[in-house]
Amino acid sequence: MSSTPKIRDLRKEADDLIASGSAELAALRLAELWRGESGAGTAAFVVSRYEKLREQLPLARYRLAILRSFTAEPAVPLLRAAAFASGIDLTVQLGDFNAYPQEILDEQSSLYRFAPDGVILAARTADLAPDLWNQYADLSQPAVAEAVQRVSKSFEQWVGAFRKRSSAALIVHSLEQPARPSTGLLDAQSGFSDSGFSQSGAIQQINQELRMIVAAHRGVYLLDFDALVARHGRLRWHDERKWLTARMPIAADQLIHLSREWLRFAVPLAGKTAKVLVVDLDNTLWGGVIGEDGMAGIQIGAEYPGAAYQALQRALLDLSRRGILLAICSKNNLDDALEALQNHSGMLVRPAHFAAMRINWHDKALNLREIASELNVGVDALAFLDDNPMEREQVRTALPQVNVIDLPPDPLDYAATVRDVPAFQRLVLSDEDQQRTELYVAQRERSQAQQSFQSKEDFFRYLELEAEIAPLEPATLARVAQLTQKTNQFNLTTRRRTEQQIAELAARADVQVLTIRMRDRFGDHGLVGITITRDESEICEIDTFLLSCRVIGRTVETAFLAHVASSAANRGCRQLSGWFLPTKKNAPARDFYAQHGFQLQKQNAEGSFWTLDLRQQTIAMPEWIRLKINEGARV
Amino acid sequence: MTPTIFEQVQGIASDLFGIPAGQITRESSTESIEAWDSTQHLNLVLALEETFSIQFSPEEMEQMRSIGSTVKLVENKLQNSPR
Repeated sequence: MSSTPKIRDLRKEADDLIASGSAELAALRLAELWRGESGAGTAAFVVSRYEKLREQLPLARYRLAILRSFTAEPAVPLLRAAAFASGIDLTVQLGDFNAYPQEILDEQSSLYRFAPDGVILAARTADLAPDLWNQYADLSQPAVAEAVQRVSKSFEQWVGAFRKRSSAALIVHSLEQPARPSTGLLDAQSGFSDSGFSQSGAIQQINQELRMIVAAHRGVYLLDFDALVARHGRLRWHDERKWLTARMPIAADQLIHLSREWLRFAVPLAGKTAKVLVVDLDNTLWGGVIGEDGMAGIQIGAEYPGAAYQALQRALLDLSRRGILLAICSKNNLDDALEALQNHSGMLVRPAHFAAMRINWHDKALNLREIASELNVGVDALAFLDDNPMEREQVRTALPQVNVIDLPPDPLDYAATVRDVPAFQRLVLSDEDQQRTELYVAQRERSQAQQSFQSKEDFFRYLELEAEIAPLEPATLARVAQLTQKTNQFNLTTRRRTEQQIAELAARADVQVLTIRMRDRFGDHGLVGITITRDESEICEIDTFLLSCRVIGRTVETAFLAHVASSAANRGCRQLSGWFLPTKKNAPARDFYAQHGFQLQKQNAEGSFWTLDLRQQTIAMPEWIRLKINEGARV
Repeated sequence: MTPTIFEQVQGIASDLFGIPAGQITRESSTESIEAWDSTQHLNLVLALEETFSIQFSPEEMEQMRSIGSTVKLVENKLQNSPR
């Protein structure tokens, strides 16, 4: 039941903290309130208070338009409250009721005037295909096939038109199945496609076509609405009374699930993802305490109760395959913990799955800071999983940027909790993502090797660095967009771009988009850097120059800049110029232009502007890097 | 101490309409509370249904014109429900 005394106290505490100017602490209380009580009333309260704090918190801003064929208004505060609690200041515009075709097709519509970052197209089967939904039994087979065609064609037309008018992300709801097919049991007996569509088969076919339309466009994603409804139960999802009175088809207690599904898209789109999951060991990764219960006493295996922990470990392995690094932060004796991880027969995760480990008796916040710096990520890229509420609270207070996951009391619910964390969602997966753990293990070997060399240069020669510079290709587009969205440290301008925006830039004759790949004796780093430059009247301006943090300091940035300078000179440019736009995180790139002979031209509140005279100066290529230039074909 | 139904309705209305709970009385109505428009009315219905695990009929939704009548409706529903 809501409004328990504790929950009401949180409201007062949050208000008191806001009044006293403690924005971060107030935000923690609001997030706690929201986690404890995710309802309509709380949403209104949480949103109104976050709105007072928005200027004082490091929130990502995101503009989301929702095109819909039903009353979605009550879901908006739920979505915005959840977004605030996830660090996103979400501005939402709802399209007019059932006006989505005009809004998509008309370039002057309020949709495009709103300049959204992302758009959700949420149309119900009953509105898009009323014939299939209401009158299926009356339809001849050709009429059913025609309905499937008509709806698929509409989707194709809308998605295509939207892509021409906007580079925003587009999320399309799939069509739901009726809870009670009009032919009853016969629906499941009748054919699919060749012998004629059943009612559910016809809707399934539209969804199949929709999948292909989505896959054919950049930055367009499918929200499997049918699966969402099924997951929560078709019969519980619907509220026919609200539909008939308020055009609100979803039951009060199910709306939260719709807003959470929307949030799962908004979090990766707004760049609020976690790159590393740091886990505790005792009573989190296995049941019991290894130091007391020993190898035979801890619970981990295929049978209850160990199965609950195995399910969690399976979920961790799935995240690792998605490019999320795993790390350990545990108060334990190192030898005991490693013995269990290496040799316990029930264990699914092994030491090689972890990119960093802090198994000691130190304060967890301190260990988390060390893990972040070892892995070269910000503290805000960490998620933290621990069964102990005290540890969680301490980490939350000491490091409010860390995504602390609340584990439910029953270990059988652990795996689902981790799988549901929006910060672990990804909308695209690059090759680098899938190999990330291996990349970091190679990195650890590199830094161990480095310690045996006297000079940096000797170490670089030993590394046998090879770099390959190439223009953007269709195969590298996803990675390039991802790097612009995720790279924070060695990023001179921090301009975030979607795949669509990158493709548009690369298509221009005056713009060059270059990528750099790197490998050394320990392995392949993959695609690690990007430059975007634009020529205008003999001046080549660097729009974007960024490098993945794991290769900073290997002089590859110098090699890349040297190539950019020499190729600009070859195109007849007399000057190379670029901005450094400081952020909270890109200090490692601050002196980059100065170190390479650029002159400071101007400085303002946004940043500093630097130029290099290409007729007088060149940039020396580091001799230990073997550089290959791939001229390639432009996209 | 468990809050009364009135206190719970008061809390929800305070959140939704953005006014302190103390200023919400049984007499507060769609006339006296400016923020109580049709959108917030739907939100109020949904919040009450969710909080008390009840469902209102379209006619009942129409009757909820003041906090007092709303509390009475909720109380009746909870008395008649098997839980």
